Amino acid sequence: MSLMKTLMGAAAAMAVTAGSALADPALIFDLGGKFDKSFNEAAFNGAQRWSKETGGTFREIELQSEAQREQALRRFAEAGSNPIVMAGFAFGDALGQVANDYPDTKFVIIDMVVDAPNVRSVVFNEHEGSYLVGMMAAQASKSGTVGFIGGMDIPLIRKFACGYAQGVKAVNADATVISNMTGTTPAAWNDPVKGSELTKAQISQGADVVYAAAGGTGVGILQTAADEGILSIGVDSNQNHLHSGKILTSMMKRVDNAVFSAFEDGVDMQTGFSVMGLANGGVGYSMDEHNASLVSKDMQMSVDAAAAQIATGDITVHDYTSDESCPALSF
Amino acid sequence: MDFLTLIQVLDSTVRLAVPLLLACLAGLFSERAGIFDIGLEGKMLMAAFFSAAVAAVTGNVWLGLLAGVASSLALAGLHGLASITFRGNQLISGVAINFLASGLTVLIAQNWFQQGGRTPSLIGAGRFNSVELPFAIGPTEAEAAGRPLSQLLAEAGPLQQIYSELLSGHSVLVYLSFLAVPLTAWILFGTRFGLRLRAVGENPAAVDTAGVSVVGLRFAAVGICGILCGIAGAYLATALQAGFVKEMTAGRGFIALAALIFAKWRPWHALSATLLFGLLQALALRFQSINLGGITLPVQLMEALPYILTVVILAGFVGKAVPPKAGGTPYVKER
Repeated sequence: MSLMKTLMGAAAAMAVTAGSALADPALIFDLGGKFDKSFNEAAFNGAQRWSKETGGTFREIELQSEAQREQALRRFAEAGSNPIVMAGFAFGDALGQVANDYPDTKFVIIDMVVDAPNVRSVVFNEHEGSYLVGMMAAQASKSGTVGFIGGMDIPLIRKFACGYAQGVKAVNADATVISNMTGTTPAAWNDPVKGSELTKAQISQGADVVYAAAGGTGVGILQTAADEGILSIGVDSNQNHLHSGKILTSMMKRVDNAVFSAFEDGVDMQTGFSVMGLANGGVGYSMDEHNASLVSKDMQMSVDAAAAQIATGDITVHDYTSDESCPALSF
Repeated sequence: MDFLTLIQVLDSTVRLAVPLLLACLAGLFSERAGIFDIGLEGKMLMAAFFSAAVAAVTGNVWLGLLAGVASSLALAGLHGLASITFRGNQLISGVAINFLASGLTVLIAQNWFQQGGRTPSLIGAGRFNSVELPFAIGPTEAEAAGRPLSQLLAEAGPLQQIYSELLSGHSVLVYLSFLAVPLTAWILFGTRFGLRLRAVGENPAAVDTAGVSVVGLRFAAVGICGILCGIAGAYLATALQAGFVKEMTAGRGFIALAALIFAKWRPWHALSATLLFGLLQALALRFQSINLGGITLPVQLMEALPYILTVVILAGFVGKAVPPKAGGTPYVKER
């Protein structure tokens, strides 16, 4: 009888450990959609790379509405997914409510800080990457006027704009930076028609390089820039291939690396605050065969030099979100 | 604000107003015949997808336009079937169409193109390119002169600026949609069909007594609505943009409904209402915060203005907006 008990106990323990070993990581995409050619797609690519290299599987969901955030988190946590990675600042509130209910589950949130013992908050120094592409924009511009088009008007996107403007001014202090936001609701991430109109408005004000940090709206911005014969700068993923020879570069935000390392660290990950910047390869700019003809050697050298200086701390790029103000641009 | 800026804002107004105008006229036909249609958005979205998809596959934008109109017509037929034949609730049928389009477009796009619910970018003859009117300064002149188009335009006289920037350089669908306004006015108020169509929205029993088919008239109106929504969707995906992106209509079908109420279901007023809404959008895009001597108007206010105006109208301050009397109720011949 006691042997039976031991066996049963062992079997139960086995089942429990097997359960936790089987816990697949999960990834939740934000409203922009998994294939936005930008932020969410980068997250997906990271997860897929992990899946290919380790042979593991992961669960995923693409949100359709704001109301699904908390529901999706709880669903995954209760189904035993661990860790659960969510791509997007907008999960902040939902995660703040959910995290404490599932103390054994590890959560990773990208672009937002949530203070809980089982949460890893990954933030990127987008202002540093934007600074670099701003320098390139200023050097490529002939008119001395460059543009920035953001998606939804939130501090995070202003952080992009502010870093960009600082980079532009570092090369050409007299340059004009026109900054526009597509809207103030999440629909601003998916309105290419509005993106096109903003681009046309900026072109008529003299802009000849436009930096799009607007998710799916960026598709319209890059298209119009290519149609009207000006240069554009992509964001988050490498978008150079979308219009070969017409996109100056892309500000790379290595969301894929963040997702990859979260999946790789798995259940035993270190939680807390994690900053991905120029120093640890979290941000950067893209070079490939599609933009090789647009970027001169001098341009690349000056940008690489600035990147090294930012990494060592010799140049500090002001972060808009630190004090809600920008020295180089007024909103 | 200098003159050229004003012209550029008006130019942007035209581009933004055209999808609203087409959708508004579509709603006008349908609602004048007594069929409320909040599925304008869904029909536009469906047409946007199918026009872009077919144009991408065949490389011919006209085939794309046909496919877009056909898909929009199919949804219109569904709405007709539910609300005319089966006398269902018109609002619910409209909502269903919106959901159906929102889901189906992305699903089919993912299945066909594997680009995450988008179509490939349209190139060359796969999209409606802008029509350059004779003697207008356009990209060809700029290329010949070897200078940017904006410089050439800035140096031109005011008349040439109006002609080149505002009137020239739109796609053929823009000119068609402006022609649709007098055509609609003539059909509704100048033909026998129009008289019957209006009557069927006010008092279908009288039309039935006169021996004219209520069901037939209403289906005709819903069909015209489908065609116009189809053109609006195709304009978004193949003229303004070069491809379909999920949810790309971004609420324009609902703004068109607001414009329809604002216009009190009249064609010429629909034109001015949609142009006004387009102007407000264009202003909000061009000047994100307007500084009026000390007071800064935030961009949110500009974006909300179309809706505020509509509420003001609905509250009866600017005059009462009375919808067609039989709107929303299915016609029952005998009880």
